[in-house]
Amino acid sequence: MGVTSNRGSGPVASAALPTRRRLLQGLGLLGALGVPFGSLAAGLDTTDTGEGVTFAAGPRPLVRYPGKRPLIRVSTRPPHLETPFAVFNEGPITANDAFFVRYHLANLPLSIDTDTYRVAVKGLVQTPLSLSLQDLKQLGEPVEVVAVNQCSGNSRGFSAPRVFGAQLANGAMGNARWLGVPLHEVLEKAGVAAGAKQVTFNGLDTPVLPTTPDFRKALDIEHALSPEPLLAWSMNGQDIPLLNGYPVKLVVPGYFGTYWVKHVSEIEVIDHTFEGHDAFFMTTGYRLPDNACNCVAPGTVPEKTRPIATLAVRSFLTSVRNGDVLKAGVDVELKGIAFDGGGGIKSVDVSLDGGRSWRPAKLGKDLGRFSFREWRLPARFAHRGAAVLQVRASNRKGEVQPEQADWNPAGYRRHAIESTSVTIS
Amino acid sequence: MIQHIIRMSCIVVVSSYTSMGQVDAATRTIELPPETAQLKPSTLPGYSIASGKCAICHSVDYILYQPPKMSQAQWTAEAQKMQRSYGAPLDAEEIRLVGIYLATVYGDASSVSTIDRQGNP
Repeated sequence: MGVTSNRGSGPVASAALPTRRRLLQGLGLLGALGVPFGSLAAGLDTTDTGEGVTFAAGPRPLVRYPGKRPLIRVSTRPPHLETPFAVFNEGPITANDAFFVRYHLANLPLSIDTDTYRVAVKGLVQTPLSLSLQDLKQLGEPVEVVAVNQCSGNSRGFSAPRVFGAQLANGAMGNARWLGVPLHEVLEKAGVAAGAKQVTFNGLDTPVLPTTPDFRKALDIEHALSPEPLLAWSMNGQDIPLLNGYPVKLVVPGYFGTYWVKHVSEIEVIDHTFEGHDAFFMTTGYRLPDNACNCVAPGTVPEKTRPIATLAVRSFLTSVRNGDVLKAGVDVELKGIAFDGGGGIKSVDVSLDGGRSWRPAKLGKDLGRFSFREWRLPARFAHRGAAVLQVRASNRKGEVQPEQADWNPAGYRRHAIESTSVTIS
Repeated sequence: MIQHIIRMSCIVVVSSYTSMGQVDAATRTIELPPETAQLKPSTLPGYSIASGKCAICHSVDYILYQPPKMSQAQWTAEAQKMQRSYGAPLDAEEIRLVGIYLATVYGDASSVSTIDRQGNP
């Protein structure tokens, strides 16, 4: 286990470990010894896992939740937890106990009985259904997809100028192997009637106040009937952790996590674009400027917006972190991940000189076009001093990460080239 | 059929049912850690309003982990958004007072007028 176990024995590992990493390592060791983390994290000085993001009242602590290793607290209620970035160096699949958690509404189900749990399929269908977990499992042949679930607001804390909202660093993402039944098979069993325009999804979480909109999402009928979306009950070969949507989660490969409704309880086919009080998270929240860049001049308001949709191409260096010290004249293997919204990663280039020159990295095993793709590059630093490492991915649609981050009012969809500042000694 | 969705073999399906079987019959229950975050006490009237009303729907650490140095106008707009978008039971005066408190204690205090910072409603 542990967030540092994949640090390896190569030259990078022999470099001085930053204090933060030492602390994480210590926590992992104590976890193995059965020491409870909650009190421990509270007793320690808080751990700065913000990757340089600053907060109004100082750094955020690591906290332990049921079924989870210590994760970064974004908020206690509703539970919102970020994955420490070191986890992404463990491999292309994010472990269930490391996977980020994000709720919008504080009345979440803390107890779920699968004997009584049902998914209602209703609205513009020939035969309304009420499906148990077993019904879903037996409804069709299960399919599996490896797909990235990334928060729309992942990396929001790096917005400049800053914007309100969960101040996420880069850890509100994860990649898992999802098993479930294709949504279209469920809809076809109910029989979608003529005139269907969208399908809405609701989960068991509810707002504290009746004046607060429920968390419901909608997909266009064409998308809902396409092969991609799944009603999944398994994540990396296990039940989905309760805090990630047990027992059934809507998995929308290539789309931001906002669509991945947890504890799915209602599926409704409608003949219009979703609207009204409980459509808030489609009609007002989770929207981007409706233009080619999905961006506006910093500090300004877009004229027109549209619901956020697919992931932009992104890549990260995971084996080296900001502030690390690497040895000069020693072979180092740089390693990281890249992903996009389903076009598939075509290439990853790495710069060791702040973007002046680029070298192609070797791509790892292809787990599917919706998955993290590992990349590796052997490197050797000739000169001592400061260095800036950069990583840039391109997908098969020809999309490339931009050099500069653009801006939108909610801080969504950040995807600029990442830079890692290190010292070569 | 999309490129990378893999049709599962019968063997895999059967084994997945076996492993799920024991879980299906059970009720899954979790307990969340206690909520301990509190807002920084202040004589400003917005302190008690924020402690009472913001905390109806979310723990106050959501406030603590917002960006530093946000101005009174920005914090007030955020309180306004909580009322307009999420139905927080705040009237216009409470929104104003919450904005003053949050900007003074967690944001850019220099953006708040001296009179407001001294807690005169």
